Amino acid sequence: MATDGFDDTELLSGWGRTAPSAASVVHNRASDRAGLARVLEHLPPRGAIARGLGRSYGDSAQNGGGVAISLDDFGEAPGITINAADSAVTASAGVSLDHVLNVIVPLGFFVPVSPGTRFVTLGGAIASDIHGKNHHVDGTFGNHVRAITLMLADGSVVEVSRSADPDVFWATIGGMGLTGIILQATFTVLPIETSRCTVDTERAGDLDELLALMSAGDDAYRYSVAWIDLMARGSALGRSVLTRGDHARVDELAPKQAAFPLEYRAGQLVSVPPMIPPRGLLNHASVAAFNEFWFRTSPKRRIGHVVTIPKFFHPLDAIGHWNRLYGRRGFLQYQFVVPFGEEAALRHVVERLADSGTTSFLAVLKRFGAANPAPLSFPKPGWTLALDIPGAANGLVGLLTELDNVVLGAGGRHYLAKDSATTPAAIRRGYPRLAEWQAVRDRVDPQHRWASDQSRRLHLMERNEIS
Amino acid sequence: MKNALGEAQTIVLLGGSSEIGRAVVDALVSPATTTVVLAARRPEAVDATGLVRDGLIVDIVAFDATESTAHQAFIDDLAARHGDLDVVIVAFGQLGDQRKLDDDAGAAAAIVNVNFTGAVSTSVAVATQFRRQGHGQLVILSSVAGERVRKANFVYGSSKAGLDGFAQGLGDSLAGTGASVLIVRPGFVHSAMTKGMKPAPFATSPEAVAAATVNALRAGTRIVWVPGVLRVVFSVFRHLPAPLWRRLKV
Repeated sequence: MATDGFDDTELLSGWGRTAPSAASVVHNRASDRAGLARVLEHLPPRGAIARGLGRSYGDSAQNGGGVAISLDDFGEAPGITINAADSAVTASAGVSLDHVLNVIVPLGFFVPVSPGTRFVTLGGAIASDIHGKNHHVDGTFGNHVRAITLMLADGSVVEVSRSADPDVFWATIGGMGLTGIILQATFTVLPIETSRCTVDTERAGDLDELLALMSAGDDAYRYSVAWIDLMARGSALGRSVLTRGDHARVDELAPKQAAFPLEYRAGQLVSVPPMIPPRGLLNHASVAAFNEFWFRTSPKRRIGHVVTIPKFFHPLDAIGHWNRLYGRRGFLQYQFVVPFGEEAALRHVVERLADSGTTSFLAVLKRFGAANPAPLSFPKPGWTLALDIPGAANGLVGLLTELDNVVLGAGGRHYLAKDSATTPAAIRRGYPRLAEWQAVRDRVDPQHRWASDQSRRLHLMERNEIS
Repeated sequence: MKNALGEAQTIVLLGGSSEIGRAVVDALVSPATTTVVLAARRPEAVDATGLVRDGLIVDIVAFDATESTAHQAFIDDLAARHGDLDVVIVAFGQLGDQRKLDDDAGAAAAIVNVNFTGAVSTSVAVATQFRRQGHGQLVILSSVAGERVRKANFVYGSSKAGLDGFAQGLGDSLAGTGASVLIVRPGFVHSAMTKGMKPAPFATSPEAVAAATVNALRAGTRIVWVPGVLRVVFSVFRHLPAPLWRRLKV
C-alpha cells in the first residue's frame, strides 16, 4: 500500500517491540547485486534501509512507508571464506555471528568482538559498530574490519577500507546503514586454543567497591563486565557481580574437555511463546525477586572457573524471544557512556534509577577503552551503563529526560543501536562530529535515498540544525 | 515518529479552539515533541500561550471543516512542512440548540456537515497520509451522545453516531498499516460548548478526557469512555425499550 511496485507491507519493530511502522520488505541475497540495484532504481520517496535480524532495540532498522531490504543470507549455508594464515574472515553481510561462530570456532578462531547476543548479522555489527566485554582492550567490531563492500544509493558497488575512501569506510562503521547496503566485509579474527573461557567472578557490595575493582583489575583481563542490581537501594546501592576472563588455554581444561578443545555447540534451552499476558511477566516484584536470587547465588569470589563460549558471552540467547517477556508494550534499553572522571554522574544515574522504583532487570556496566575514528561510533573512554526498562513504566518520560541531561552534561552520549527515545538535540550534543558524518554521507547519497524511522526521528540527515 | 515511550514528535489538532482538543494536546506535549499544529476556523482566536517552549514549533493555521474537497491538500501541506504526523486529533464539532434546529433544516444540515461530513473527509485525508508514512495515531472525538441518540440533542447525537461508526470502520481498515484510530467517547464535559447547560450525571472535565486519551494512546486501545463507568451506563441505555427511553430525562 505504501509503495508502488513492491510486495505487501509488514509491520516492523525493533527488539524492544515498541513503535512499529509498516514498510515494504524486500528479501534479497547479498550476492544478487543486480536484483538489489533494481530495487534501488524503483525506490519510493521514503527510501530504503537494510535490515538484518532486527536486534537493534529501537527503530534503526524500520522505515515506515518505505522499503526495508533484508539480506536473506541467514538461513543459507553461509558464504564464509577463511584465510587462516592471515586470521581473516570474509563473509556476506547477511550472515549472523551465530553462523560465523559455528564455522570458525571449531577451526580455532573467535570473532574479534562479540555482543551479548550472537543473533546479529555481520552488516548490523558494522553499521552499529558493536562492542563487547573486551572493548577496554580490543575496541569495537569496526576496529577489526579490514574492508567493506558497499552498495551505494545509485546501485554502484564500492570497496572501502582504511586506505580506499577511508571517509566512507569510517562513516559506514557506526553509520546505522545510512551510507549504503553493506554487502560483504573482511575482518580479523582472534586465534583461540579452546572453545572455553576461564572466568573469575567477584561480588561487589556497592557501587564504589565495584568501580574500584574494575579500575584496578580490568587491564589484566581481555573480557570484563559487571551486572548491577539497580533495584537495590541504600547501602546496597550498586551491588553487583563482576565477571572477567579470557579464552582458556588447552592446559587449563579438564582432561575430558582437552580431548576436544574446540568443540562448540550453541543451542537454545527454551523459547518464550508468542502468547504472553499483555502486561508481561516482568513486573516489579518478579524482577526484584530475580535480582535478589541472582545476587545471593552468585559466588563471592571464584577464580579460574571454566565455562563455554555461549555461557560466558551469550547467556540470554539460551532463551528464545526473551523480549516477549515484557508484554505487549515492549521495553526500551537505555545505554550511555560518561567519560572517566565523571563517576559522580554515573552514581547520580544509578541512584535516580534505584530511587525511582523503576523495574529494571540486571543492568550492565563496563569500562570502555579508546574510541576509533568513526564519527558516529558510540564507545569512547569512560563508563557505559545499559539497562532495560519496561515500556509501560510510569513516570519514565520525566526520568529519562532528567537522566539524558545528566549524561550529556557530563560529556556523555547515547548508543544509537539501543536508542528509541532520545531526541535530535541530545544526539547533536553527544555526537559533535555529526556534521562531518553528514558531509560524507551526502557525498555518497545526495538524494537521501537511505532513511529509517530513527534517521527521521533524530533528524540525522538534517544539516545545520541548531540544537 | 513517536518514540518507544509513545511520545509524539508532531501533534496536529484539528479544531484548534476546542477545549477538549487543546487539553489533549497539552497532555501529549513532552520533551520529545518538536511541532504542534493548531488548525482552526478562526486562527486569530487561538490562544497558544502555555505551549511556548524553547525549540517547540507551534504552527497556527486556518482550517475549515466544511471545505471537504480541500482537506487532502491541507493535510498534504502539513506533512510537507512538518514531516511525519504522529498524532492527529479531530476535535472540531458543534452542539447547536436542538430547539432551534427542530424547524431549521439548513441549520440542522450544517451541524451534520461539520460534525460528520467534515470529520469524515479530514480523517480519510489523514489516513491516506498515515499509510504513506507507515504509522500514525488518529484520535476521533466521538461522544456518548452517539451511543444512543436522545431527543434532547438528536441532530448532534446522530452526527456523532455516524462519526463513531465511521471511525470504527476506518480503524479496522487500517489494521496492519501501522496506523490506528482511537475513538474517545466522553460524557458531559464542562466546557465552553456546554456552558449554561445542566450537567448530566458523571460529568467530566477536558483534563480528565485528555488524561484518559493519552493513556489510551500509550496502551494502544481502540475505544475509551470518559469516565469509564459510562460504558456500563450506556450498554444499559442502548437496550432500553423505546417508550421508556423516550420518557427518560437523560
